[in-house]
Amino acid sequence: MTMASNPLHGLWTLTDRELKKWYKAPVVLIVTLIQPIVWLAFFGKSMNMASIFTNGSVNIPGLNIPKQIIDQIAQAYLKSTFGTTDYFSFLAASMVAQITFFTAMNSGMSIVWDRRLGVLDKLLTTPVPRGSIIMGKVLNSVLRSLAQATIVLIIATLLGMKFNTSLTPLGFALSIVGVYAALTLLALGFSALYLTLALRSTNWQSQMAIINLLNMPLMFASNSFYPIKMMPWWLRPIAYINPLTYVNDVTRGLLLGISTFSVPMDFLYLAVFAIAFSAIGIVLSWRFLSEG
Amino acid sequence: MLGDSAIKAINLTKRYGPILAVDHINFEVKYGEVFGFLGPNGAGKTTTIKMLTTVTRPTEGTALVGGYDIVKQPAKVRESIGVVPQDFTSDEDLTGWENLMMIAGLYGIPKREAKERATELLDLVELSHAADRKVETYSGGMRRRLEIAMGLINRPRILFLDEPTLGLDAQTRAAIWSYVFRLKEQLGTTIFVTTHYLEEADQYCDRIAIIDHGKILAIGTPRDLKKVVGGDVVILQVAGNPETAVKVLQNIDGLSDVRIVEGFIRFKVSDGSRAAPLIFDVLSKAGVRVTSIAIKEPSMDEVFMEYTGHSLRDEWGSREEAMAMRRIVRTARR
Ligand SMILES: Nc1ncnc2c1ncn2[C@@H]1O[C@H](COP(=O)(O)OP(=O)(O)OP(=O)(O)O)[C@@H](O)[C@H]1O
Ligand SMILES: [Mg+2]
Repeated sequence: MTMASNPLHGLWTLTDRELKKWYKAPVVLIVTLIQPIVWLAFFGKSMNMASIFTNGSVNIPGLNIPKQIIDQIAQAYLKSTFGTTDYFSFLAASMVAQITFFTAMNSGMSIVWDRRLGVLDKLLTTPVPRGSIIMGKVLNSVLRSLAQATIVLIIATLLGMKFNTSLTPLGFALSIVGVYAALTLLALGFSALYLTLALRSTNWQSQMAIINLLNMPLMFASNSFYPIKMMPWWLRPIAYINPLTYVNDVTRGLLLGISTFSVPMDFLYLAVFAIAFSAIGIVLSWRFLSEG
Repeated sequence: MLGDSAIKAINLTKRYGPILAVDHINFEVKYGEVFGFLGPNGAGKTTTIKMLTTVTRPTEGTALVGGYDIVKQPAKVRESIGVVPQDFTSDEDLTGWENLMMIAGLYGIPKREAKERATELLDLVELSHAADRKVETYSGGMRRRLEIAMGLINRPRILFLDEPTLGLDAQTRAAIWSYVFRLKEQLGTTIFVTTHYLEEADQYCDRIAIIDHGKILAIGTPRDLKKVVGGDVVILQVAGNPETAVKVLQNIDGLSDVRIVEGFIRFKVSDGSRAAPLIFDVLSKAGVRVTSIAIKEPSMDEVFMEYTGHSLRDEWGSREEAMAMRRIVRTARR
């Protein structure tokens, strides 16, 4: 037999296994897509910030402020807060990172199931590199995230997301590639993180608890829903180390033309995040994937 | 890298907290041998296999498998072995075919070759008709047969089977053993197998190790082990009252363990066929007429009882039930 010298050996086989489960069960795909779409519909559409501020004129007796002026004040306020007057697009841009994050989170569960259902025991007896067992799942999560992000982008566009008008078609294509690159790094880092946390777990309840514990803070302590400058001071440090913030900055920077940091800095941060956690995941899987 | 033995355990030990699951065991398995591990629940059979197949690290000691150290060269060990674990390990969301192809991929077997082998193996375990069905729709017996096919896909030099026939009907059990036997005969595969079917151990294993509470109590060929029990078992039927005959027999030197079992007289003697004429003689002098006689080698159950002080058979019922339960629970958890 010839393999085992190749460190990537078996990686695609394992990724393919995970992908099969996914495209053969479209229900899973649909369910995963529901959440960001619900967010978009509720927060982006019904609670559209612009309409909260611009809904009709204000009538204070004796002082009649015309609607235009109110609108102007509101627009200026929105612009200064979100960098755009279009809150829906602002939010929609963050949804692609959101769905990537959710997908990555759940990848940790799959290793718990593999352990419980005995599949892992089998994998461990084969010559496949231990790191590939983890990286197969990471890769699956990356591919899945990109597919789902694409669907979210398409739906958001249909619902009225507006892109930076100054983009040429080529510029737009490159921007999309840039966004995918950022999402790939995010998915790599987070799936590796969650898989590493699940390396020894046989208990999906405790894994769910970990997911829920990290889920909310990471989601809200980021620039997903509103800019960091609107946050209370104690929440800001979390938002600044949260990789979601940087992906959102890339997406908004490239697609909407509003960036708080700078896109190259965002990428640098994300690359460090992805490489660090993938490396930790691979190293720890050699040590901890087997029992005791 | 062919050493002298296919498997050599050296003080192999596994401790789970306070439990010594495997307690400093030593044994050797020769190339081409079918080596049986026989022991009651919790004896440490599965733990031993898990260590030998590099799924679990030993707490102490080590073993050479195919000449490679399981602790220092686990990757080398993995390349030369095939494993059929006790618990189901196939992916329920995939079909039988996909499972086989996946495992083939992990062994780096080229696609075309993998397809050939998968087709052949599915045919062997009689699952060709269900190849494209999801494993979750398989019955317990079908799943076990698939596990066996998965363990054979890399044509291993050394094959580990942890209770491969558990829960299968007699016909399938026989089919699987005959295939295992063919592997040994035609390819010279070394086979390390645990089983709780005493007859299987007796019939198919070249040598057997009896393990209980993590310790090996005896190793030998089924024949040798049976000799230790003390010769043959003789079963007599007499005309008239068997009690009288028992009294007479108890006074003959060399006969032991004389009992009445379901109306038959049963005793042990070192060489049944030599003792028979003498026994006829003594009994007829005492006025007892023998109507039938059967001389048998001791069964593995007796060997087992001799070493462990308890019968393996007592556990059968509860054990099969436990296995069935385990399977149901696993499926239900999904
Ligand atoms: N992961 C584990 N953690 C703690 N204890 C364990 C673990 N695995 C096995 N044991 C204990 O080690 C002992 C030996 O178990 P093992 O599974 O090797 O027995 P076995 O001979 O295969 O039994 P069976 O015939 O029931 O399969 C048992 O007491 C068991 O409870
Ligand atoms: Mg066992």
